[in-house]
Amino acid sequence: MQPSEHHLLLTQLLADINRIILGKKEPVRMALACLLAGGHLLVEDLPGVGKTTLAHVLARVLGLDLQRIQFTSDMLPADIIGVSVFDRASGAFHFHPGPIFTQMVLADELNRATPKAQSALLEAMEERQVTIEGATRALPAPFFVIATQNPTFQIGTFPLPESQLDRFLLKIELGYPDAAAERELLAGADRRQMVAELTPRLLPPQLLELQQKTRSVHASPALIAYIQALAAFTRSSPLWVAGLSPRAGLALLAVARAWALLDGRDHVLPEDVQAVLPGVIAHRLRFHDDTRKVGAGETANRLIEAVPLP
Amino acid sequence: MARLDRPVSRRQSQWLLLAAVTAFAPLAAHMPVWLALFAGAAFVWRGWLIQRGGRLPPRWLLVLLVVAGSLGVFFEYRSLFGRTPGIALLLIFLSLKLMELRAPRDAVVTVLLCYFLILGQFLFTQTLLTAFVTCLAVAITTAALLAANNDRPTIKQQFEHAGRLLLQALPFMLLLFVLFPRVNGPLWGLPEDRRTALSGITDAMAPGTIAQLSQSDAIAFRVAFTGAFKGIAPEQSSLYWRGLVMPDFDGRTWRISQTREAYTTPPYAEESKRSKPIDYELTLEPHGKRWLFALESPTTLPTESGLTRDYQLLSRQPVRSRMRYTQRAVPDIQKGLTDPPEVLQESLALPKNSNPRTRAIAISWRQRHGDNDVAILQAAEDFFSRQLLRYTLNPPLAGSDSVDEFLFDNKRGFCEHFASAFAFALRAAGVPARVVAGYQGGEINPVDGFLVVRQYDAHAWTEVWLAKQGWVRVDPTAIAAPRRIDSSLATAIPTNETLPFLARNDMAWLKAIRYQIDAVTNGWNQWVLGYDPQRQRDLLTRLGLDTDWRNMTALLAVLCGAALLLLTGWVLRQRERIDPVRRAWRRFTAKLTKRGIVWQPWEGPDTLAARAASQLPAHATKIHAIARSYARLRYAAQPSSTGLVELNQSIRDLSL
Repeated sequence: MQPSEHHLLLTQLLADINRIILGKKEPVRMALACLLAGGHLLVEDLPGVGKTTLAHVLARVLGLDLQRIQFTSDMLPADIIGVSVFDRASGAFHFHPGPIFTQMVLADELNRATPKAQSALLEAMEERQVTIEGATRALPAPFFVIATQNPTFQIGTFPLPESQLDRFLLKIELGYPDAAAERELLAGADRRQMVAELTPRLLPPQLLELQQKTRSVHASPALIAYIQALAAFTRSSPLWVAGLSPRAGLALLAVARAWALLDGRDHVLPEDVQAVLPGVIAHRLRFHDDTRKVGAGETANRLIEAVPLP
Repeated sequence: MARLDRPVSRRQSQWLLLAAVTAFAPLAAHMPVWLALFAGAAFVWRGWLIQRGGRLPPRWLLVLLVVAGSLGVFFEYRSLFGRTPGIALLLIFLSLKLMELRAPRDAVVTVLLCYFLILGQFLFTQTLLTAFVTCLAVAITTAALLAANNDRPTIKQQFEHAGRLLLQALPFMLLLFVLFPRVNGPLWGLPEDRRTALSGITDAMAPGTIAQLSQSDAIAFRVAFTGAFKGIAPEQSSLYWRGLVMPDFDGRTWRISQTREAYTTPPYAEESKRSKPIDYELTLEPHGKRWLFALESPTTLPTESGLTRDYQLLSRQPVRSRMRYTQRAVPDIQKGLTDPPEVLQESLALPKNSNPRTRAIAISWRQRHGDNDVAILQAAEDFFSRQLLRYTLNPPLAGSDSVDEFLFDNKRGFCEHFASAFAFALRAAGVPARVVAGYQGGEINPVDGFLVVRQYDAHAWTEVWLAKQGWVRVDPTAIAAPRRIDSSLATAIPTNETLPFLARNDMAWLKAIRYQIDAVTNGWNQWVLGYDPQRQRDLLTRLGLDTDWRNMTALLAVLCGAALLLLTGWVLRQRERIDPVRRAWRRFTAKLTKRGIVWQPWEGPDTLAARAASQLPAHATKIHAIARSYARLRYAAQPSSTGLVELNQSIRDLSL
């Protein structure tokens, strides 16, 4: 595929998704960038704003198998990764793979599960393999997790610790659609039906190629310096509890590359970094003064305006 | 580095006010009252503004105040230049500068002014206390400077930081102090306290002159014995610090007659068969006059000095700053054997018709002993001891015939009465005699071993000229009060007479403290204030750096230059090289700025282009093209080789 072909393909993908998820161009683009960068996505918002639909659409257009795991407070790790069952006929244990053995996992309402169940999923995300009773089983490739979580102020939630949040490349919010989009949604056809009617645009090997392409988007020394300056500023500034980790810097670069690719460019601009910054820092930077509910966008703006381009 | 557009915060203003007050306070005493009040009022006003958060006074008012203050200084001193008017002007500027703290630049100017004024203290006084006050003020001012750049830390952190900086500067300060080429004498003229509080022996001696000095415990000079007498001072009774020779008598007052140097090397033998030479180093406190003090008889002369015809040691210039000279004294040298006749003639002159009783008795000695001057001298001494004269600080007031009154009527007097009467009597008998004023004795400070001679050690005695012996020292006071000479003033005078505290013999513990303080002061004088070219040369020779001041200046310049070069090189290396692409970008943003579109340093090229294009739709295409080509040059993997030329060209073509 030529660069223009990539761009064309990605534009079509975005168009497909945006036909179903109305008025959410920015989050949709972020979600796609996240997948192109090979990372897992965390979606936080109120129920009913289209989190699950987004996962369905993404899986559909990218041609991936989707398994949904609805997390509940009584869930056990075996419910996620699978269990070995004694088969009387053969007189041996047989492994019954859990729902995690799929290309795309929709982990719904992740923060309603106990930390034990949460960590089973999160470990699989990190290692891209699961170890059960001494046997290591690889997860399919590509492997994506789209986790949704309810805002933590809701009752019956177990907030994810920072170390586990860091495993999600991006965190996005969907929010309510604007008036026009909502009217269109109400007037339009059933979303489930529309998803089912979508034709996949990609095969898994093509997706892997796109991911490869993303990694090869050029980041100049000036841009690397900019990302480093951003990270360094969060560490020296007294605004936040802790600064961005080097892993967060890597995440920022990876997503910015995907963003540039979505724009049809073979190099990253500072604008790419600034555009994806809210999603990268939303779950990574915490204000000292936690009572002020400052959105990720405002945090990112303050950070951007504090750091001059090198 | 402080951003230039940031206003000076309240906290920073407080720091600067504190620094200004610390710089001002020690100087206030040297300023006219109106100026101290002027500056003080300005400080109070500023403090009130900080407290209330009021607006700073308008510029025209400040200009008015500056003009008024400067005029005040001019009318006070009739000049705007020179030490005191200069400092006064700077104080006015400092107090008003605080009123226009608008930007960090103002803060820095204030701090620099403070530093300068702190240094200015040394133009007025250079004591150890001044040095302590200065250190404190420098610490506060440095903390204020730090606060001007970053006002977040606490006061403690600020002081710790300032202290750390000053400690780091300390080695450089010491190095410069030791190595910086010294000049003879102070650089900027003299501290004022050197000229005002001068006391000491004057060129005329009337009854009561020296008794008055005995009430002062100010230090006249300090002596460190070296050579054979190192650590063991010579006997008290031999310590006659010869100063002024007064051959000129008008019946009441003795005066010096010689103010010209006659000899640049001593006109007498340098060896004596009878006694060891005494080597010492004398540090004379400034007294504003030309005479120097020395043990009898100096065989070497200090630099820039000479001997008068009556062997009085004179400096070429008045002693306006502390002066140090090394001396070798040989006690028993015969001198004056070949004195010209007019010197002896001068030492015989008497005013007519005064003191008839003394004259009569003196003439009787001459008649009895004929040509035998030695016998006449003996007769005079016998007469003095027979008269049972009493040594006292409070003699009755002298009338017109002061010698007669002293010898025959009240018989009480201080050393000047004794010397005066003795010299008069001998002259009346036809023996050349003259009065010598100086100091006698001194006190060893057990802490540092220096002999300290104070004003109350002032003394007067006589010199008598005898054939084959020349001038011989005779101290008539010793006849009546031998303990004055052998021991000290306190043992010689009646106990009910008042003496300065240090001259007394009671309260030993207080005296011990005074010894300590005096030893510290002396150390400061000797090693800090007295670090002159000679001392510097000695020290450097001892360190193996045998070099003159020219080489040293060159060495210091080379060292400083090299250090500066290294520092500059390092700073330049740290600075990012500005590449041509960025320069092009700056030209572009400068063009936009002229149209009111200010590039924010965090804005990427596309963001700026979008913003600019929306405001200047006519140039949208060109602006976008420039931004794109800049972005490619700066961020793409393989920017085209002609990209920069094109970028520069398109920026030139862009005419907004």
